[in-house]
Amino acid sequence: MMTGFGTPTTAQQAGQASNQDKLRELVKLPTTWCPGCGNGIILGAFLRACLKLVDNKELEMKNIVVVSGIGCSGRVTQFLKFSSVHSTHGRAIPLATGIKLANPELKVVVMMGDGDAFAIGGNHFIHAARRNIDLTAIIFNNSLYGMTGGQLSPTTQEGEKTPSSPFGNVERPFNISELAITAGATYVARWTTFHVKQLQKSIEDALSHRGFAVVEVITGCPTRTKKKPSELLKMQKNIRPLRVLKKVEDQEVEEFVSKYYRLVRELGKTGRR
Amino acid sequence: MRLVQGNEAVAEAAIKAGCRFYAGYPITPSSEIMHFMARKLPEVGGIFVQMEDEIASLAAAIGASMAGMVSMTATSGPGFSLMQENIGYTAMTEVPVVIVNVMRAGPSTGIPTAPSQGDVFQAMYGSHGDYPVIVICLADVLDSYLLTARAFHLAEKCRTPVVVLSDEIVGHMRESVTLPEIESIAIDENGKAERPEMPVIGRDPDVYYTGLASEDGRVISDLDEYDRLIKRLYRKIGGVASCKIENGDADTILFTYGSTYRAAKAVIKVADVGIFKAETLNPFPERELRKVAKKASRIIVPEMNVGKVVKEVERVVYGSCKSCEVISVATHRRIDPFTILEAVEMAGRV
Repeated sequence: MMTGFGTPTTAQQAGQASNQDKLRELVKLPTTWCPGCGNGIILGAFLRACLKLVDNKELEMKNIVVVSGIGCSGRVTQFLKFSSVHSTHGRAIPLATGIKLANPELKVVVMMGDGDAFAIGGNHFIHAARRNIDLTAIIFNNSLYGMTGGQLSPTTQEGEKTPSSPFGNVERPFNISELAITAGATYVARWTTFHVKQLQKSIEDALSHRGFAVVEVITGCPTRTKKKPSELLKMQKNIRPLRVLKKVEDQEVEEFVSKYYRLVRELGKTGRR
Repeated sequence: MRLVQGNEAVAEAAIKAGCRFYAGYPITPSSEIMHFMARKLPEVGGIFVQMEDEIASLAAAIGASMAGMVSMTATSGPGFSLMQENIGYTAMTEVPVVIVNVMRAGPSTGIPTAPSQGDVFQAMYGSHGDYPVIVICLADVLDSYLLTARAFHLAEKCRTPVVVLSDEIVGHMRESVTLPEIESIAIDENGKAERPEMPVIGRDPDVYYTGLASEDGRVISDLDEYDRLIKRLYRKIGGVASCKIENGDADTILFTYGSTYRAAKAVIKVADVGIFKAETLNPFPERELRKVAKKASRIIVPEMNVGKVVKEVERVVYGSCKSCEVISVATHRRIDPFTILEAVEMAGRV
């Protein structure tokens, strides 16, 4: 039945309201992140992506586990109302590897900052990519260590002044997505907190992917950079390239955990001792 | 009866006790444990994974344990140093896991791979902050089998990390032994332990584990509450101290742990001495040691390090008894029966 042009139907209103309610069931608000922080945008995109896959019956909330490390991004698990693990600094990926191997039914999502995933945990990241283990890695890339005072990170641009590079950063930054591609990740996308719709779509794709999927999200830290959130978003708008940078079809490269379980089943059948 | 190596006995006991997950990184003299698990675990439906380093190995073992699997890792000194942060994490999150350290001569690369007992204090106190950890010492192949099995049961019961200390002598020793049946932790067809009291990821809804101080998933910042939490963690392991005493009425007692026990066993045949064999260093078998010290004139503590556990023995003995003397025999050579016998004779002459 048509109602007035541009006026939402009651059904649509009910639909919207229930979606809001469903989101509130997943997250404890308010978060402790600073005003203007992009982390909430990433979390929102992730939760909406989860809800969409749940609505489409592609995923069940009870099967989702989020593992985080340490730092501002690490706090994300404190705000979730479903299963999650807040691990040690840099070790979210190996801990998630243990969970996934012990229970392959689970969709294990790893949320890390740029320092967490590429400085202290860099080794684990490239090995998870090499194994092509079925984990969804969402990187909160703000190019600094927010929680500890804004020091330089492995993704800080050359020349950038931070408390640990007071005369400008003399190091060169990592290109996270290129690193992920080279190390063997089978899904890689890069977006920013400005590109919310595209980000949500990529997280949906990453969650549906079977293999090591990486979504790099460029975000800003207004507190440490002393820049207005609007200014940070304007800078993000012009970053290139932003898109799905790599996608290998599931059947092309066999995922690590399913491969191992196939071996276990085969050994069980032959009864080799 | 069959010829079994110490490291193999550890691995065999682990699987028989219900262990279904092993994550590790190669290091001598512990590698045989890894080889055994890589071969046998998939055959019993378990999971073996070689990780990129020891930090990742313990992290993966913790993750698997959070998801319901009885899990372990094994290493030697350098790798054990790398694991320290996550040992505190597993104590704080109260997730059972067994960590085997087959000790070798350090510090650093040291002598690969001469035996040593240099890691005892690190095993007891290595991670930052106050945390409980059970430390079990293996003296021979039968110990490697029986006490490793006990380590898994204690980890489940106390929901705490258990460090099993072996050394190059015990790990590479081969003995003819009859390995008895051991009780397995109840596990289902997917290799998951029952663990009715523990939140298990994938089985229970809304599980939350964090290294932040927390009770029942609720983060704590009040210091009184934090104090109660840490004391509760310690109370869990309070009653598990274990030792064996042979000829405990003797005037001279040999306090042994790990491989020094075997040297002492040879000495007891030729000299009038008793043996106090500490099976756990954490918690320390204080009550039994005090009882023995009240009757003895001297307690000799042989160890393959600069003299570490002797400090614990002195604390316990001198705190309760004025007439008993504690003598340290600390050397980086292998402790053989002659070394101990010499110390016994010297002490007797003074």
